[in-house]
Amino acid sequence: MKLKELESHLQEVEGFEEPKILLEQYPTRPHIAACMIHTIASSFDDIENRSILDLGCGCGMLSIGCVMLGAGSVVGVDIDPDALDTCQQNLEDFEMDNVDLINASVEEAGLLFRNKFDVVVMNPPFGTKHNKGLDMKFLETALKLASRSVYSLHKTSTRDHVLKKAQSWGAKPQVVAELRYDLPATYKHHTKASVDINVDFIRFAVS
Amino acid sequence: MKLLTHNMLTSKAIKQVNTGYPLLIEARDVKVSEVEFNPEFIAKIIPKVDWDCLRRAAEQLGHLDKIPASVPDTYENQQEFLKQAHHVLLEIELINGDLVCPESNRKFPVTDGIPN
Repeated sequence: MKLKELESHLQEVEGFEEPKILLEQYPTRPHIAACMIHTIASSFDDIENRSILDLGCGCGMLSIGCVMLGAGSVVGVDIDPDALDTCQQNLEDFEMDNVDLINASVEEAGLLFRNKFDVVVMNPPFGTKHNKGLDMKFLETALKLASRSVYSLHKTSTRDHVLKKAQSWGAKPQVVAELRYDLPATYKHHTKASVDINVDFIRFAVS
Repeated sequence: MKLLTHNMLTSKAIKQVNTGYPLLIEARDVKVSEVEFNPEFIAKIIPKVDWDCLRRAAEQLGHLDKIPASVPDTYENQQEFLKQAHHVLLEIELINGDLVCPESNRKFPVTDGIPN
C-alpha cells in the first residue's frame, strides 16, 4: 500500500471522545502514523508477518496502520478502558480481526507477557502533565518486550537523554527522522489553534 | 481475546506470584470468527506457543476437538496442521469471562474481549 493511501485510510480513525488530560491523550496524527508505519515496513521490514505490541495504543491509530501493512498479529495495551472502547469500535469499523486489546498500565505490561514480541511501536505520553519521565518508562518497558526493535516518538529537545538512556539499557538507537508534530487545540487550556512540537522518530534495535 | 494472546499472558504483575502461568480460563461467552489465514505467520509463531497451555485453554473454552494433540516435526510444510493451529490461535475468542491466576486465585475479568 502506498503511503498516501495508508494516510487517507488512517484519517478515518476516530479519536478520543473525551480526552483525559492527566493521561496526556492525543491521537497520533494520521500523517505521522502513516509515515511511521510505512517506514517501519519498507525500510526495516518490521511489519509484515511480525508480532507487534502497540504500547499505549489509545484509539488504535498505530495498530490499525500495522494491520493495514500486513502485520502478523497486533496486541494493543492501554491503561484507559474508555480509550480501548474507542479502539475496539475503530477495529470493528475497519473490520480488523487480528488485534487483541488488553487493559493494563505500562508497569503491568512489563510483567504481563512470558514471551517477547518481534516489534514494539508506540507514541508515548511525553511527560508534560505531571508525568515526568513517563516516556522513558514506556521506553524501558518496550525494550524489555521486544526481540527485534522498538519504534517510538520522543521530543527532539530530549534527544540526548533518550539516546544515552537507551544505550545504557543495551539498545542501539537510531534517529530515523525528525518530524513536526502539530497538536491541534484539544483541551480547554490550549489557547493557540495548534502548536508545533519537534519530535524524533527513533528506532531502537534490540537484537 | 484470542488464545494466541492468552498463551503469552502471566499474572506476574501481582506481588509474590512466582510464575503466574498459565492463567486458567472461566469462560462465559466464546465467539468463533473467521480470520484470514496467513501460513507464514503461523509457522513463525508455532515455536513460541506453549502447546499444552494452548490445549488446556481450548478445553476451557469448550473447543478441544479442533486442536491437534501435539506439534508435528515438519509443521512448516503441513498445511492441514497450520490451518488447525490458525483456527485455535486466532479464530476462537473469549468475549466474556475471567482469567484466574494459578497461584493467587485472583480473577481478571474479560469484558467484551478485553482482559483487565
